[in-house]
Amino acid sequence: MATNTKYELKIGPATREGFGRALVALGRENDQVVVCDADLSKSTFTHLFAKEFPERFISCGIAEANMVAIGSGLAASGKIAFVASFSAFVLNKGFEQLRVTAAYPNVPLKVVGTHSGISIGEDGPSQMSIEDLALATSLPGFVVVSPADDVAIFELVKTLAYHPAPCFIRAGRSKAAIIYTEGEKFPIGGSKTLLDGNDLTIIAHGLMVAESIRAAEALEAEGISARVIDMYSIKPHDVEAVHKAVSETGAIVVAEEHLVDGGLGVKIAQTVASATPCVMEFVGVQDRYAESGTPESILDKYGLLARDVISASKKVLARKK
Amino acid sequence: MTSVETPSFTELEAIAKRVRRDIIEMITAAKSGHPGGSLSAVELLVGLYFDQMKHDPKNPKWTDRDRFILGKGHAAPVLYSVMAEAGYVPKDQLNTLRRMGSIYQGHPDVRFIPALEASTGSLGEGLSVGLGMALAAKMNGSPSRTFVMLGDGEIQEGQIWESAMFGSFHKVDNIVAIVDYNKIQLDGWVKDIMDLEPLGDKWRAFGWHTITIDGHNLSEVRNAYVEAAATKGKPSVIIAHTIKGKGVSFMENNPKFHGSAPSADEFTKAMAELA
Repeated sequence: MATNTKYELKIGPATREGFGRALVALGRENDQVVVCDADLSKSTFTHLFAKEFPERFISCGIAEANMVAIGSGLAASGKIAFVASFSAFVLNKGFEQLRVTAAYPNVPLKVVGTHSGISIGEDGPSQMSIEDLALATSLPGFVVVSPADDVAIFELVKTLAYHPAPCFIRAGRSKAAIIYTEGEKFPIGGSKTLLDGNDLTIIAHGLMVAESIRAAEALEAEGISARVIDMYSIKPHDVEAVHKAVSETGAIVVAEEHLVDGGLGVKIAQTVASATPCVMEFVGVQDRYAESGTPESILDKYGLLARDVISASKKVLARKK
Repeated sequence: MTSVETPSFTELEAIAKRVRRDIIEMITAAKSGHPGGSLSAVELLVGLYFDQMKHDPKNPKWTDRDRFILGKGHAAPVLYSVMAEAGYVPKDQLNTLRRMGSIYQGHPDVRFIPALEASTGSLGEGLSVGLGMALAAKMNGSPSRTFVMLGDGEIQEGQIWESAMFGSFHKVDNIVAIVDYNKIQLDGWVKDIMDLEPLGDKWRAFGWHTITIDGHNLSEVRNAYVEAAATKGKPSVIIAHTIKGKGVSFMENNPKFHGSAPSADEFTKAMAELA
C-alpha cells in the first residue's frame, strides 16, 4: 500500500458474509470450532457453518444472555467458541455475561456482532448498533476489531479464532467496497495506511474506510494531501501510527459508523492528548438515534458520507496552525 | 480421588462439622460475608466433593473431571472450606478471606484459584456456563458431569429459565442443577419477595428431571446425585430443602445472617454449638 495506490472500490460482499465463510474454513481446519447463534443464522451467515457442521452448531433460541454464557462455558472447556447475533443484541443483552463470564475470567470467547452501525437501513434504531464499540472496548482484556471489507474480516476471524483472549468482531449488513486483495494480513493492534499524505490524516474503520478514500481523492483534486488509515484494530489500536500521523500531518479526522461518544475517535484523542496534541475532528453518529430508510438515505441524513469527511477535513485544516 | 471407597456418613458428617466451623471462623475474621447461605449448602457440597464427584485435587485440570460451579457465588466460604478439605487450597489461609491479596476473594475468582471452574457472583449466569461445559464434554465424548449450585433467590433471574429451556432442548443429561432452597434472600423471605412456587412444577415444565430432598440429610443427598446420574436424555435438578444458617441456632431462619458477620459474642456461641 503506497501513495499512488488507486482504489476502484468495487462493491463486494457484506462483511457478515465473509464472517460466515471464515467460520466454514475454520470448521474444516479445526474440529474444536463450535458456533452458537440466537435465531438469526440466516442473517449472521452462521447458517453456512450450520449446514456443513450441524453437530457443532448450537441453536440457542432468542436468548442472547444465555448464549453468551453458554459460549463462555464451551470456550472455558477448550472449544474455539463463537457466539453471533446482531451486534445490538449480543452486546446489549449479553453485556453483563460478556463481563462476568468472558472478560473478568479471561475466557477466550469469540463474539461476533453483525448488522452494526446505522447502514442496516429499513429495520430502524432498535436493530442498529451504535454503542457496540463503546461497550466492547470498555471490557478489560477484550480485543476489538472492525474490518472494512471481505478480505479483512475473513483474515481477522481466522486470526482471532486462535487468540487466547476474548474478542469482539464487528460486521455489517450492507455490501462493502473491496479494498484489500487476498493474502493481506491483519495483525492485532495493527493498521493499514491506504493512502499517504502530509496535510492531514483520516483514520477510519468499517464502512467509513471506503468513504474516507473517496474523500481523500476528492481533497487531492483540491490540492489537499490526506493520509488515510484503516484502524481495523480498535482495541488495542496502533499507537505508533497515530503518533506518526500527529508528527507528520499535524491534523486528524476520525470517521466511524458509531456514536462519536465512546467510539474509536475518543480513543485516538486519548492517544494524541497523551503525546503531542494536534487538532482533531470527529465524523460519526452524534448524540441521537437514527431512523428507518434506505442505507444510503440514512448515511446521508446522519452525516456519514465522503462529503462529511471532506468538510471535517477542511474544518480541521482551518484550525491547524 | 479418582477412585475412592464410598465414605461413611459418619466421615461425611465429621467433614461437614469442620466445614461449618471454618465458615464461622472465616467470616468472623473477615468481619463480612454470607454465613446463612454458606451453612445451608454444607451437606450438598460435602456430598459432592467427598462422595459423588470424580475429581483429582493433584490434577485439577484433568480433562474428564467432574466440574462444580457455585452459581450463588456469595456462598464462597463453604466452597473454599470444602476445597481446602479436599486439598485444592491451603486450609491455614482460610482466615484471610476477603483480604487484599488473599486467594479467598469475596466471590469465587478463577484468577486467584485456577482450580475453580468459573468466576461467579453475578447471579443467574452459572447454569449457562455449566451447560456450555457439559455440552463440550458431550461433544468430546467425555464422561465428565457438571454440577451447578443455584440459590433460591438466584432463580428469580430470567437467564436461569433461558438456560433451563436450553438444557432440556439440547438433552444435556450430564448436568445437575442443585437449588439450595433455604427460603431466605437478602431482603427477607423468598415467598414475600418473589415467590418461586410451585418450584418443582416449573422445572418439570421446563423438561428437567426433578428430585426433591432434604438437603441436610446426607443419605437423601447421595441418593439424589445417584438418581441424577442414572437419568438419561434430560437434565436433572435437585430441589434441596435446606435451612438458612443451619447448625447455628440463632442464625437458622434468620434473614439477618444472609449477609452479615457474627459479633465476637456470637462467634463464641456459634463455635460452642459446633463443638
